[in-house]
Order: sequence, then structure tokens, then C-alpha cells
Amino acid sequence: MTSPSIPGLRAEFGPAVERVLVSCGDTIVYVTRDRSHDVLAWLKDAPGHQFNYLTDVTAVEYRDSELPLEVVYQLRSLSRKADIRVKVALDKRAPLQVRSVVDLWRGADWLEREVYDLFGITFTGHPDLRRILMWETYAEGYPLRKDFPLRGHFSRAEQTRQALAANPEAHYSLEELSIAEAFDELPPDMRQRLARGERGYLK
Amino acid sequence: MGLSNPATENRADEVTTVSSISPNWVTTRLDFLTNWARANSLWPMPFGTACCAIEYMATAASRFDIARFGMERQSFSPRQADVLICAGRLPFKLAPVIRRIWDQMPQPKWSISMGACASSGGIFDNYSMVQGIDTIIPVDVYVPGCPPRPEGLMYGIMLLQKKIKGETIADDMLREEKLVGPSGLFLPAERVDELSEPFGNSVHQTRSA
Repeated sequence: MTSPSIPGLRAEFGPAVERVLVSCGDTIVYVTRDRSHDVLAWLKDAPGHQFNYLTDVTAVEYRDSELPLEVVYQLRSLSRKADIRVKVALDKRAPLQVRSVVDLWRGADWLEREVYDLFGITFTGHPDLRRILMWETYAEGYPLRKDFPLRGHFSRAEQTRQALAANPEAHYSLEELSIAEAFDELPPDMRQRLARGERGYLK
Repeated sequence: MGLSNPATENRADEVTTVSSISPNWVTTRLDFLTNWARANSLWPMPFGTACCAIEYMATAASRFDIARFGMERQSFSPRQADVLICAGRLPFKLAPVIRRIWDQMPQPKWSISMGACASSGGIFDNYSMVQGIDTIIPVDVYVPGCPPRPEGLMYGIMLLQKKIKGETIADDMLREEKLVGPSGLFLPAERVDELSEPFGNSVHQTRSA
């Protein structure tokens, strides 16, 4: 059975809702990339829907290289105890970009960073889009993409050399905790160091 | 003295150097005393990253109790540790961390690589995992297993004690710090590649570049 939110979605967004299907009892809605933020904002706030909890943001790449990459939003309404899955298909020939939903759900911050880290999808409007699992100077690409070899692109010696050259404090400094909101107020030299992937020390 | 130095004798791969101290009655008695003391008061620095750490905790707890081997004090600071026990897989992101912990440990120091992943990468033959911590730090004892049972770790500890009891101050090379060289590696690059060679079913995986 499709989710009761679907008629409302179709009425509101019309052709932006590309496809609706039910898989294992879960409703999946494909929406266009241009309207994805509007659809998600509507699903979050519209009375009677209120999908106020973002369970997960992830992405899927299929083995068939012709198929588009999909960004998946799993939503839940805590008050109505209902779920819906929203997917945005991204053509691989175009830049992989989709609008960030951090302004809707703060919890999307690290989820989108993870998708960016492993799939290379850019979330426009994200306040602090940088790698989260791999270190910031990681240069081999995006590990969960199908064209990424299991062992990575570089030789083991090169990987080991780059890993040993990484600065462990860079990931876990106190700066990390407040950097996203304070970025604009940082002195220019510190901003440059951050742009180069160095985290630096608190003075 | 007319005696050969047992510590430097069987080292065909290294340049033979004449030790400034030759083993005599004083040094061997001193060796015996210091080695006895060191081997029986090893303070471990637990570097637990995965399921091996659970077995390590079981080894440290009452049923198996590594305090019986003089490891009463778990040293969570590398400055007061004697033996680094890497219990679990080591991702590349942690490589500089374990390297720094090893550099922070004062001599004399030893290390135990606990489990298949720490020793060889184990099942994680992929882009994110160090293929054996011996490409990052020198290792004294490898404990096989996935994860090793507490008996296995204790056997490894006893082997390390045996190794320590065979050390001598006449060996000039013994306390040499093996640091990360100018190449950015502590082993030659070819050696790292050789140690990281795939094995088992994973040989069918190919590197694209």
C-alpha cells in the first residue's frame, strides 16, 4: 500500500514527482533534483505529513553504469509513526549535485558529509562539506563508487606513506567542535590552512 | 675473551660490528637480572581497535588474569608502557596514531600484534586497512587467530618474555629506535608492498593503476 502522503505530494508538486513504487511495504518516491529540497521541506512541515525525523541520508550506485546514482532520504514521522523514502536520481554525466537539507534537519550534516566522502556527491548549501571518514588529504577518490578498485588506486607503500604523513591531531582538535559555525570569523591564515586540509592547534 | 658474541653472531643480513662491550661474567649476570625484572613486569599499552580487544579484556579479567605475568598495570599512557598490544585491525587513518604512540613509548619497548588483522590485514584486504602493523611499527610477537583466545594471547606474552630473557646489553642494535625515515616510511617501499601482497582468494582482485 502506498503511503497516504502520495496524493498530497502529487497535487502539490505534479511532474516533480517522477515515480512512486512500493517495495517490501515501503513507499519510495522519486523526485527531480531541482525540486528535491522543496519536496523534503514540504514533507517535513505540511500539516498531516510532518516527517520530522530524518533517519538516514545515503546513496546508491548500481552495477549498470547507465543507471543514475541515487541519493536516498529515509524519513520518519515520529508523531504519526509513518515512514517514507525519497530518492533523487543523479545523472552521472552531469555534475553530481543536490541541495543540502541541513537547513531542514541539522542531523543531515554528518550524513551528507559521509555521502560526499564516499560517493563524491556535492550537497550545495552544506555549511561544512568535507570528508568525515577518510582523512581530509585523502587523494584516491571516492571509495564506494563502482569505478573505485577495492584496494584503492595507489600502491600499498604509497598509501602507507600518505597515511603516516597525515597529522592525527588534525581530525580531533578542539577546533573541530566549533569550526562549522565559526568559519567566517576565523583569521584568514587559519581559513587557508583549513582549506589545505590542515587543522592546526588552538593557541 | 675469545668468545663470540651470541647477539651479533647469526646475523648474516646485517653488517657485523665489533661490540664495545663483550659478554663476560658481569654483563651476563646483569643481563639475567635486568631481563628477569623486565620480562616479569611488562606494562601493556592496550591499543584495542576491534573484536581482539574483547579477547584482550577477557585475558586481563579475573578468569585468565594477565596480572599473573606481571602485567598488573594496564598503562593507558604510552609514557609508562613497556609493550604495545595492537588488538584489532588498523585502518590507515589510525596509522599515524599508533606510530606516534610507539614513538612516545620509552625504551625498552616491545610490541605484540594480536590477531590476523593486525598481523596481516586479515579479511580486510581493501583500500582503508593497513596490511599488517609491521609496515608501521616493528613487531616482536605475532599472535594468530580471529580473534585469538586468551590462551593464545598468553602464549604470545610468554614467548615475548622468553625473547626478553634472551636479550643482552652487548647487543648494540637492540635499543635502536626504528623511526620513520625521510622516505616517509619506516620500511623500504618495496618491503611494504611485499608485506602487503594479497593472499588467498583475494588474488583475483586487481589494482587499476
